[in-house]
Amino acid sequence: MALLDVQDLVIDIPTAGGVLHAVSEVSFTVERGETLAIVGESGSGKSLTSLAIMDLLPRVAQRRATRLNFDGADLLTIPARQMRKLRGSRMAMIFQEPMTSLNPAYTIGNQLTEALRCHDDVGAEAARARAIELLERVGIAGAERRLLQYPHQLSGGLRQRVMIAMALMCKPDLIIADEPTTALDVTIQAQILRLLAELKKELNMAMILITHDLGVVARVADKVAVMYAGAVVERGSARAVFKAPSHPYTRGLLNCIPVPGRTAPGAPLGAIRGQVPNLIGRLAGCAFRNRCDFAAPECAGEMHFETPTPGHDVRCVRLAAQKAVA
Amino acid sequence: MLAYTMQRLIVALSVAFTVSVVAFFLLHLSGDIAISIAGPESTPAQVEQIRHQFGLDRPLVVQYLDWLWKAVHFDFGNSFYFRDTVVSLIASRIGVTLTLGAISLLLSLVVAVPLGVLAAVYNGTIIDRLALSFSVIGQAIPTFCLGLGLIIVFSVTLRWLPVSGASTWKHFILPSIALGWYAVPAVMRLSRNGMLEVLSADYIRTARAKGVAPAVVIFKHALRNAIIPVVALAAVQFGFMLGGSIVIEAVFSMHGLGYLAWEAIARNDFPVVQAVVLILATIYVGLTFLADVANAFLDPRIRLA
Ligand SMILES: Nc1ncnc2c1ncn2[C@@H]1O[C@H](COP(=O)(O)OP(=O)(O)OP(=O)(O)O)[C@@H](O)[C@H]1O
Ligand code: SF4
Ligand SMILES: [Mg+2]
Repeated sequence: MALLDVQDLVIDIPTAGGVLHAVSEVSFTVERGETLAIVGESGSGKSLTSLAIMDLLPRVAQRRATRLNFDGADLLTIPARQMRKLRGSRMAMIFQEPMTSLNPAYTIGNQLTEALRCHDDVGAEAARARAIELLERVGIAGAERRLLQYPHQLSGGLRQRVMIAMALMCKPDLIIADEPTTALDVTIQAQILRLLAELKKELNMAMILITHDLGVVARVADKVAVMYAGAVVERGSARAVFKAPSHPYTRGLLNCIPVPGRTAPGAPLGAIRGQVPNLIGRLAGCAFRNRCDFAAPECAGEMHFETPTPGHDVRCVRLAAQKAVA
Repeated sequence: MLAYTMQRLIVALSVAFTVSVVAFFLLHLSGDIAISIAGPESTPAQVEQIRHQFGLDRPLVVQYLDWLWKAVHFDFGNSFYFRDTVVSLIASRIGVTLTLGAISLLLSLVVAVPLGVLAAVYNGTIIDRLALSFSVIGQAIPTFCLGLGLIIVFSVTLRWLPVSGASTWKHFILPSIALGWYAVPAVMRLSRNGMLEVLSADYIRTARAKGVAPAVVIFKHALRNAIIPVVALAAVQFGFMLGGSIVIEAVFSMHGLGYLAWEAIARNDFPVVQAVVLILATIYVGLTFLADVANAFLDPRIRLA
């Protein structure tokens, strides 16, 4: 049984202009110890999807699904108290915004130990020891001194390391990292990603890594889900998706990054023409069709997944036709 | 922190100094003090005699410096009207006013802060709307109307509490409510808005992601940050309350500083007025200074800057 099983997740946000279908059809599973990468451009619903798993959606957002299971527990019906026990201890999250994700009024030590002590009945000394151990593990020098510092005394990279340590305090089974490096300097980005990948392997955690960066995905992910306009449009093993990217959107994304050995130096990078559709109101058919080179009348009808190879699903009704063109 | 404290202290002292200058010159320019002392039936010669005797014929700046020199040595001269020194007059009155102000402030904070938190946590619900209506109504009632209303209901009709005076704790109940009421709407709104803003902050989401209990999220993580501006407002409100105590002490015949100021103004008792103004301003400035220090204590970004 999968550690996390998400089927047909829907997130609606009522707005002044109508209902915003921020996430409309998202299904994926994550096994123990596995890394799932979710990729997709800004606004495709990646953060909302991860917040929906943690039950941390903004109050206005409405969540529905046919299945949302975590280690056998049904997250759709679980009482709030039980959900709170899972959060932080069995599933933890690292956010996109390291600069504002720590409470300015409390020390690093206070916030780290709280993560452990609100779940496990451990003494202050033991919690402190664990905090120091993890700060050292995430590469923060002078851990003992750092415990007494406040967030504003730390750089963005350090704060994100603290967030990672905080997420690990209770040894979770699943860690969700929502674009953990977007807000950081390029040089720090690689360090943080390497650290995450190492820790994940060392602690045998499952990880959902949300990113725009397909280069990162190719290096660390076991599985990939590509999101477009609130829906998963392609998913499968990282190997299969990179070997045979099949959805026109995925191929567009891949053309946007240079590939060593394949892209000639100085060659122009592709860009996907057109704009993401407005997600307010019902959207029939394929959301990508206003930007798709292969669009045809049938693309406005019912959508379903095609399976070019087992375990590789593509939400496109014209796979065969595409092959003929290509 | 030390540099910050010194800087706030210097600001506080300069404000107190400025107030004393302005008050001194306004009082001395608003009427001829010598005539008030001598009385309406006095001859011009008597007025001149008094002018000279009290040193009022010297330049204003010299008079001010003289007053200031004595003031910093706690010598505010003698009252023109009461047969007493200004210092002992104030000493006998200040207790009532500070007690009244402190109870009123405490009362208003105890009511307003929880109400603001509640309104923010239940934002958009009936609780929020009730709290907001309460604050609008609260602001619309003038202090003295509320004071008279309370007297009519609780003292005259129900006979639960005394009408006037300041001799027992029971005497302080109605005036404190009347005076504290004034600060409730502003403090409540600031607490509510502060909490609303803080509750949508990223670090609140982090706290919830850790699995912290809802009460801990609200009180430890949110209120601690939302309360910072409320501390500064409380100091300002205390200043307004000292002003308001002039009205409330008159309504309830409590012999405090406010009542003294009222009597002194009515009788052109300049040394008393000048001293009371300076004392009230100093209390106000002192509180603002304490609020700044408290803020620094609450906000590590100031404390460790
Ligand atoms: N609180 C909210 N109220 C209204 N709309 C929202 C809210 N949160 C998110 N949305 C909308 O939902 C959509 C998906 O947002 P989401 O944050 O999940 O995107 P994302 O894929 O994480 O993008 P990014 O890469 O920029 O982080 C966006 O169109 C966004 O405008
Ligand atoms: S369904 Fe049609 S429009 Fe959508 S990706 Fe496939 S070919 Fe393009
Ligand atoms: Mg996001």
